[in-house]
Amino acid sequence: MQVLSGVLCPFCGCCCDDIEVVIKDNTIIDVRNACALGASKFMGYSVHRNTKPLIRKNGELVETTLDEAIRRCAEILAEASYPLLYGWSNTSCEATKVGLELAEEVGGVIDNTTTVCHGPAILAIQDVGIPSCTLGQIRHRADLVIYWGCNPWCAHPRHLERYTSLSEGRFQRAAWKRYLSRLILESARKRRYRAAGRVIKGGAAALPAEEEKRWMLPPPEERKLVVVDVQRTRTADLADIFIRVEPGGDYDVLQALRALIRDEELDVDSVAGVPVEKLEELADIMVNCRFGILFFGLGLTMSVGKSRNVEAAIKLTRDLNMYTKFLIMPMRGHFNVTGANIVSTWQTGYPYAVDFSHGYPRYNPGETSAIDILSRGDADAALVVASDPVSSFPRRAVEHLVKIPFAVIDPCLTPTALMADVVIPSAFVGIEAEGTAYRMDHVPLPLKKVVEPPEGILSDEEILRRILREVRRIKGKSQARKN
Amino acid sequence: MVSMEFILITGRTIEQGKFKEHAKTTEKYKGNVAICEMHADDMYRLGVKDGDNVKVTTELGSVVVKVRKSKRIRTPGMVFIPFGPWVNSILPSETEGSGMPHLKGFKVKIEPTSEPVPDIKDLLLKTYGVKK
Repeated sequence: MQVLSGVLCPFCGCCCDDIEVVIKDNTIIDVRNACALGASKFMGYSVHRNTKPLIRKNGELVETTLDEAIRRCAEILAEASYPLLYGWSNTSCEATKVGLELAEEVGGVIDNTTTVCHGPAILAIQDVGIPSCTLGQIRHRADLVIYWGCNPWCAHPRHLERYTSLSEGRFQRAAWKRYLSRLILESARKRRYRAAGRVIKGGAAALPAEEEKRWMLPPPEERKLVVVDVQRTRTADLADIFIRVEPGGDYDVLQALRALIRDEELDVDSVAGVPVEKLEELADIMVNCRFGILFFGLGLTMSVGKSRNVEAAIKLTRDLNMYTKFLIMPMRGHFNVTGANIVSTWQTGYPYAVDFSHGYPRYNPGETSAIDILSRGDADAALVVASDPVSSFPRRAVEHLVKIPFAVIDPCLTPTALMADVVIPSAFVGIEAEGTAYRMDHVPLPLKKVVEPPEGILSDEEILRRILREVRRIKGKSQARKN
Repeated sequence: MVSMEFILITGRTIEQGKFKEHAKTTEKYKGNVAICEMHADDMYRLGVKDGDNVKVTTELGSVVVKVRKSKRIRTPGMVFIPFGPWVNSILPSETEGSGMPHLKGFKVKIEPTSEPVPDIKDLLLKTYGVKK
């Protein structure tokens, strides 16, 4: 039995690097320090594994050799006039680098999952910039933490524990005890209401409204946690202040806060369902903090307004810097989606939706982004790497994707792989293959190989290199024929 | 049959996250993703109980999922479905020039149904047909 420490978790953008993995006979038998999401990946990755290259013949996926699958994949890409290469956020930076080379070689479009998560955030950042920092600074110094339109309790379970309110910083204390005592008080209060509800009609129904009226602020010197969302999430249960916004009302609330911190008066009683007195109180807390951070999630980028919501949030942060230090950071989902953006930017100048069809990189989200290309029916072939667009894309885009020839490189038989023409199994990056990943604050971290992959299974990087070689061979042949 | 209009929010849940990377073809994934969380008052008005099937419809089509009483939604009129192939099969693809489809906060119609919740393979077959 061997215990490997300091393993990086290849799940979400937190990239926790304190994971301990217990290995026996090349099998992971236990994982320590990981959250439910990370643990489920480390413990369950081999259960639903695909280890056989597959190719579609007469409408059925049948087993084939790796060489045949790679050759067919290269043919699909080399014969296409506008192929889409999509995915990249669940693999290493090294694989993405080869993917970019392949996209240039076949004159296609390369897009990563940013396009359906924080794409609007990147557009807003390109418009107005971003005052940001590393998560270490936040852990040690932030005395006001705001989660807006995100639910780290579910999507980034250790974010609070490692980087914000529940972490023990050098200059800020963890708020564990406060939250625990509040939870005990809350559950006692709920029990009382439930008991009252049995006796007095409507007693229990009155609970939610009462609950949300209470703001239990800690002493001024202690770290505060604010959650703004459309529903009372589990993260909101931990918050000192929870503000519920009507769906689609984030832009209004952000602009109202901008007005309030400039001491302007609002001529309304409420903004998007939030009473103005509450916003005034929040504006006061924001202005009077010493180091504030606003984390935002898909609640801003996927709702009405999209990049304008994020732009308003960044401008609010910029305005707050006239009074205090305030920063902002997107809550990135996949463990290396930031890496996919970084590699794409250093190679092509653009972070996602890069079009090589003209022979040079072009970038115009809305035109060169995956959803638009598929919905318009422009792409005539596709390569999906470490992603599952059939599950995560909306209907019209998937309808076109499944019509065109496409290949999938993935360790599992995902819904996308079930609809593909070629399926190439790969090693799990961060478990069976090493590489580099970028944390959500743009800090690069090494992914470790903790167990050997099944026999004959290669890493994404190696598979892509082989496809690239094959594409060059096919193209060289057809060029020689023309000459 | 009663049919009501709701605002649909999609998003992550921890149960959805546990199976999303390596176990999408399992029953556990289906049980945690092919669901629609709803306020108790709305369930009463719609005449459904926890675990009943409902049909969620947009202009693009409809999908059958299971109703779950929400502990989180505090205002009637809003429903939540976790990210996944079930909800995405009825979502619009228009990006309004932003590259990003509109995936949160739009109107859907919901009605009770006796149709079963499709498993992942049936869903793909019904929605996108057979790959040739």
